[in-house]
Amino acid sequence: MKIPMRFGLLVFLTAGVSWAGGALAGDHFYTATDQTWKAECGSCHLAYPPQLLPASSWRELMSGLNKHFGTDASLDPQTAAGITTFLEKNAGRDRSSSRTPTLRITETRWFVHEHDEVPDRVWKNPKVKSPANCTACHVDGDKGDFSEHHIRIPK
Amino acid sequence: MHSVTIFRVVAVAIALSATTVASAETATDFLRSYETAAKQNAAGFTGFSPQRGETFFKTTHGREWSCASCHTPNPTVAGAHAKTDKPIAPLAPAANAERFTRPDKVEKWFKRNCNDVLGRACTAQEQGDVLAYLMSLKK
Repeated sequence: MKIPMRFGLLVFLTAGVSWAGGALAGDHFYTATDQTWKAECGSCHLAYPPQLLPASSWRELMSGLNKHFGTDASLDPQTAAGITTFLEKNAGRDRSSSRTPTLRITETRWFVHEHDEVPDRVWKNPKVKSPANCTACHVDGDKGDFSEHHIRIPK
Repeated sequence: MHSVTIFRVVAVAIALSATTVASAETATDFLRSYETAAKQNAAGFTGFSPQRGETFFKTTHGREWSCASCHTPNPTVAGAHAKTDKPIAPLAPAANAERFTRPDKVEKWFKRNCNDVLGRACTAQEQGDVLAYLMSLKK
């Protein structure tokens, strides 16, 4: 717990200056991992941490992989079922009031809040390209580390 | 058409020498299985063409992406996902020994990518042409 405490102190000291806005809402290290999840979900994009969506969202998303945000990401049923179990088990809390599950992490209130100080020019930077490209700024995002210490905004 | 002949000779040679092949494990094995399928699909099958494969690879097919959109027009170098920018290792077997070694992977990606690029499954002829093209590339 050493790192979250240090992080908490940093938030306290730099409140209003840094990105700390939603930092206390949850820790920014995601440790849950699964080999199949990492290999399959991580082949086209970062394997997004299961905590970033509630279980209902993951279930809905995993049931429509053949139409996955405009691309075909279909998996054989057995592999998909194994990944779904991992995602459900480690899913985040449902913070949405909507009855329809949010499928895009970037549309969750949590994501919007965490990134509300990111200027437009950062999102439009070709090196960032898409908000789905976490590691453009979260340089250790592939290791589950989304801490503020490890953000490098590309120039 | 010289390279096509070589592919066919290699394929036939393997067919004659191998008694049972449990699963395709080299690019040549895949090419052979596409040839078998293509012959079943079309009576007029005349072999695979790296040139046709290259054209297929580099052009769009009524949709936004071509194969080259992610794999780049040079499959011996690394590409990047057109949407997420995630790096993609080179596709040509000469540049990446892992390519075309696992039937489950090859099947999975052809299924997905043909749907994205063409809006349908690829034919064995198309798969064979593209693979013949990829196999013709040197690092």
